[in-house]
Amino acid sequence: MNIELNALMFLIPSLFMFCCGIYGFITRRNMIAILISLELMLNSVDINFAVFNRFLFPGQLDGMFFSLFAIALAAAETAIAIAIIINAVRLSRDADVKDLSKMKF
Amino acid sequence: MESLIPVLILALPLAMFLILGLFGNYMSHKWAGIIGTTSMGVVMALCYFVAYQYFFSGAPEFVDADGNRLQFIVFNQDWLALYEKLVIRIGFLLDPISAMMLVVISTISFMVHLYSNGYMRDHHGVWEKGFQRFYAFLSLFSFSMLGLVVATNIFQMYIFWELVGASSYLLIGFYYTKPSAVSASKKAFIVTRFADLGFLIGILILSFYTGTFNFTDMTSAPVAGMDNVYQVGMAAGSIFQNPATMSFLGGSLLTTALILIFIGGMGKSAMMPLHIWLPDAMEGPTPVSALIHAATMVVAGVYLVARLFPLFMFNEANGGFALEFVTIVGAITAFYAAMVACTQLDIKRVLAFSTISQIAFMMVSLGVSREGYHENLGYMAGMFHLFTHAMFKALLFLGAGALIHAVGSNDYTAMHGLRKYMPITHITFLVGCLAIAGIIPFSGFFSKDEILTACFGNNIVAYVWMSLVAGLTAFYMFRLYYLIFWWKEHKVHEGHHAPHDQPWTMTLPLIILAVVATFAGFIPFGKLVTWNGEPYTIHINWTVASISLTIAVLAIALATIMYKKENPLPAKMKNAFPNLWRWCRNRFYWDELYMFITHKIIFNGICSPIAWFDRHIIDGTMDAFATVTNKASYAIRGLQSGKLQNYVLVYLIGALILGGGTVAIMFLFF
Repeated sequence: MNIELNALMFLIPSLFMFCCGIYGFITRRNMIAILISLELMLNSVDINFAVFNRFLFPGQLDGMFFSLFAIALAAAETAIAIAIIINAVRLSRDADVKDLSKMKF
Repeated sequence: MESLIPVLILALPLAMFLILGLFGNYMSHKWAGIIGTTSMGVVMALCYFVAYQYFFSGAPEFVDADGNRLQFIVFNQDWLALYEKLVIRIGFLLDPISAMMLVVISTISFMVHLYSNGYMRDHHGVWEKGFQRFYAFLSLFSFSMLGLVVATNIFQMYIFWELVGASSYLLIGFYYTKPSAVSASKKAFIVTRFADLGFLIGILILSFYTGTFNFTDMTSAPVAGMDNVYQVGMAAGSIFQNPATMSFLGGSLLTTALILIFIGGMGKSAMMPLHIWLPDAMEGPTPVSALIHAATMVVAGVYLVARLFPLFMFNEANGGFALEFVTIVGAITAFYAAMVACTQLDIKRVLAFSTISQIAFMMVSLGVSREGYHENLGYMAGMFHLFTHAMFKALLFLGAGALIHAVGSNDYTAMHGLRKYMPITHITFLVGCLAIAGIIPFSGFFSKDEILTACFGNNIVAYVWMSLVAGLTAFYMFRLYYLIFWWKEHKVHEGHHAPHDQPWTMTLPLIILAVVATFAGFIPFGKLVTWNGEPYTIHINWTVASISLTIAVLAIALATIMYKKENPLPAKMKNAFPNLWRWCRNRFYWDELYMFITHKIIFNGICSPIAWFDRHIIDGTMDAFATVTNKASYAIRGLQSGKLQNYVLVYLIGALILGGGTVAIMFLFF
């Protein structure tokens, strides 16, 4: 069986990943879980970059570079987020996001 | 003349003000007094030198070939160049009246500086609190007053005019812990400021239509051509070319301007109805009353009229009535103040009303001055009286200060019979009284006689009226004299020292001023100060002189009968005219009238509604903005939950709505 690859075959899982990320970001209470959800969203975007580059501009590499760039940024961002979370845990002895309500009016 | 000495005359008092004001607290009281007095002595010597040079050197810049005295501008420095046609300058103008005023101001100021060394401490030699501050303010006043009289342009005069007002305010309120002194200083400042509004409008009208601020250009214009004028408003000098057609609110423009300027002079010189501040200004220390409120600052209004006199003359020649206005205001004020002075208890108040009355004499004298009668005799007489009055009134005030210092009260009921205790004060005070009453060898006789002669030549009504006032003057001055020094034996209370003559710093100025007040009448004033600089020989009009002498002697005799020994006559007089007495005693209720107008009418009718509008409408609008913002943010503050995931949810919903909306619009319209 010879299946013709098309963009949708990659974009639909990517969309699914993105929605999972949003859902997780909003509903999870644990900050580590929220961070993981965030990573999920970023990765779905990276997939989109690679897919659009492959199907729309096959001879070029711009989308690929953007994917790599985003991965590097995601790593840095994770490091910062983990640092923040560690400090938050030190304050509240818990990684629950509902304890971080100091920004209230 | 080089400009170094004139600059020093102005700079030295200013420097003393800064030095004593800034570093006075680091000096001992004694040294502050010595420094202040010495520098004023130097200024006096410089002023004498300048006046001597002006009057007697005969240099071509001061006197022309025919012996007429000229106006000479020593320097005229640009001070505030607004643009090339409107420049405000500070300069030094020498002419007969400014040279005379330099002498008067520096002499009285020096005497007061010297006198204050003794006056501003108590019987045990303890200095008054703020002694250095007092000297600093005296220096500031001397600087401002000297700057005023040598002003080359009307704007410089206005600046220094305000400065003397400010230093007067500071000195009246010198005892700033005393509520009466504080309110008196405020009253003086507000009343004179109110009058200065008229002055400022007058200046603006006049300089707009003459195209200049300079006195020299302004006053010589009606006579000579308009040279050296920088144009600020209309065609330069248009007010002179066609004075009849220039009108303002139906009146002649020049008349309006001159009357407005004169209103400023009325405020400073305490003419009715703006006289109310001067009696209250007596709350200040007595040397201040002598310097500011008797001899120098209060004659600034007279000086102003004299300075602009050619304009007044020009106005008169073109059918204006500014000089008549001056005469009428002066005549009414002179009579009113003399009446009130007859009934006052406080010796300084009597002297204050006497000052008002005498300044009014000078005003009348300027007002009746016409070219037709003895080449403007009135102008010369007014200036002469200004000179002699400054001397004898400063003498009387300093004498009063010595009495107050000795007795510790302003009220002469606490004095009575002081002649044996204070002989020097007694003799000098008597000289002052004789001078102001116009008894023959004393200076007041000559100047008052010239004024009455001028009135006689102009208007018989003015003459009779002013002779009557002169009689009243002699009466109330001798009433004061007898009540202080005679009436009955002085009672020395148990445990008090008997009053005695004061230290030399206080008696020396009295003696000097008494000598001047005795002999100043023999100065050939007509040779020195005339309206156009042309020398003029004074002839005493013996008809007028003998009548006024008779009146003065009669008035003094009446005062002697009534007040020399304790007797029931004054009480009988008082009971014979109870209403007249009460009105005079209460100064014809002018203060009450002002209180009524300001408190009842202006405060209630104008100020309260404005205050209500401000508080409720203007503040209310602003408050409404603040309240609405506050309430609204309070209502929606729940949105700021501080929960990160809520924000994200809202963001997501918003993004979905926007995205969905965009897609829907694209489907609908494209």
